[in-house]
Amino acid sequence: MNTVRKQRLMLVMFIVAVSTLGVGLTVYAMRENMNYFYPPSKILAGDAPMGRSIRAGGCVVPGTVERADDSLLVRFDVTDGIGQISVTFDEILPDLFAEGEAVVLTGMLDREGVFVASKVLAKHDEQYTPPEVADTLQVDDTANHTAKCKGMSYDS
Amino acid sequence: MTWQWFHRLGSPKWFYEKTTVWLPWIAAAAVILLVVGSIWGLAFAPPDAKQGNSYRIIYIHVPASFLALAGYYVMAISGAIGLIWRMKLSFMVLKSAAPVGAVLTFVSLITGSIWGKPTWGTWWEWDARITSMLVLFFLYLGIIALQSAYRQQEAADKTSAILALVGMVNIPIIYKSVDWWYTLHQPATLKLTEKSAIDPSMAYPLITMILAFYAVYAWLLISQIRVEVLRREKKTRWVQSIGEVS
Repeated sequence: MNTVRKQRLMLVMFIVAVSTLGVGLTVYAMRENMNYFYPPSKILAGDAPMGRSIRAGGCVVPGTVERADDSLLVRFDVTDGIGQISVTFDEILPDLFAEGEAVVLTGMLDREGVFVASKVLAKHDEQYTPPEVADTLQVDDTANHTAKCKGMSYDS
Repeated sequence: MTWQWFHRLGSPKWFYEKTTVWLPWIAAAAVILLVVGSIWGLAFAPPDAKQGNSYRIIYIHVPASFLALAGYYVMAISGAIGLIWRMKLSFMVLKSAAPVGAVLTFVSLITGSIWGKPTWGTWWEWDARITSMLVLFFLYLGIIALQSAYRQQEAADKTSAILALVGMVNIPIIYKSVDWWYTLHQPATLKLTEKSAIDPSMAYPLITMILAFYAVYAWLLISQIRVEVLRREKKTRWVQSIGEVS
């Protein structure tokens, strides 16, 4: 490679390095805001802003879903394995909403610490299984930001 | 001396003549893989335990997303080669890769949205994965726009190569977004280093479709580059001799 090309190569590497550094620092500075939702433990620890609408995400604790007889109102608990919050919602739930499945909620904590949701989204995990193997499958999931609903113990 | 083979690779005439032979084979491979993958995925793969049949959009969504990301590297790296070695062909690759990549990104966004409505309950959410994918779409559109913004082709090529290089940082962000932050989008289903989170009976048609999209990508990209070669080299004798024959 001649000198001119070497200089151009350095320039190209400089452009890539500088843009990566710039964007990297920006993303690092905004790392909390890049999160789409807060897990219940962070909300309980006071990391989430109070008094305005936030998103919470976690797994619906099996056995906690209570539906009202005369309205759409539904109550359930959501956990990330560390903290647990109670949720109320009075609109139509998505089809994939179920006990032991992940959800993302938009809403606000009221004075009793109950999360009043205005929107409930079902969060699908990365597992794809045919119906017949779904029952026998053991999930071993170690990724940090994954909703590990299947392997989670709800005893705590 | 050692760089001679590399420079020959950048000759538009050499590329045009070689791809005239290769293109029918790539096209045949693309069509066969697409037909096999689609029928396998849509008719023979079992439904998902939770989503039923709606998960089958994965056979378009994941391959399109794969190639949308890989195509950006094709574009940025050919831009870098063009900047360093001033090869004519590399800027033609850069220009041709932009519309193909933009279409694939658009397909990825649209199919994701169609799947998101029944699965998540929303068409669109501003989570890190979806937003960074939208940024990728705008980067592709930016390259297309830059290419027609200059009167001189050389200026257009250099500027779009720099934009392509600057935008390259977005690709690892898209890829890692689901691991770095809490997102609505689930993490990767197909994993290279560990066991995939998808049943083999669903994974094999998916891998077939990914290979099919690679072949389709090569087919589309090479066809685009060939048009660009003819357009930019139209004053040379070898291009004019092609015109005389046909």
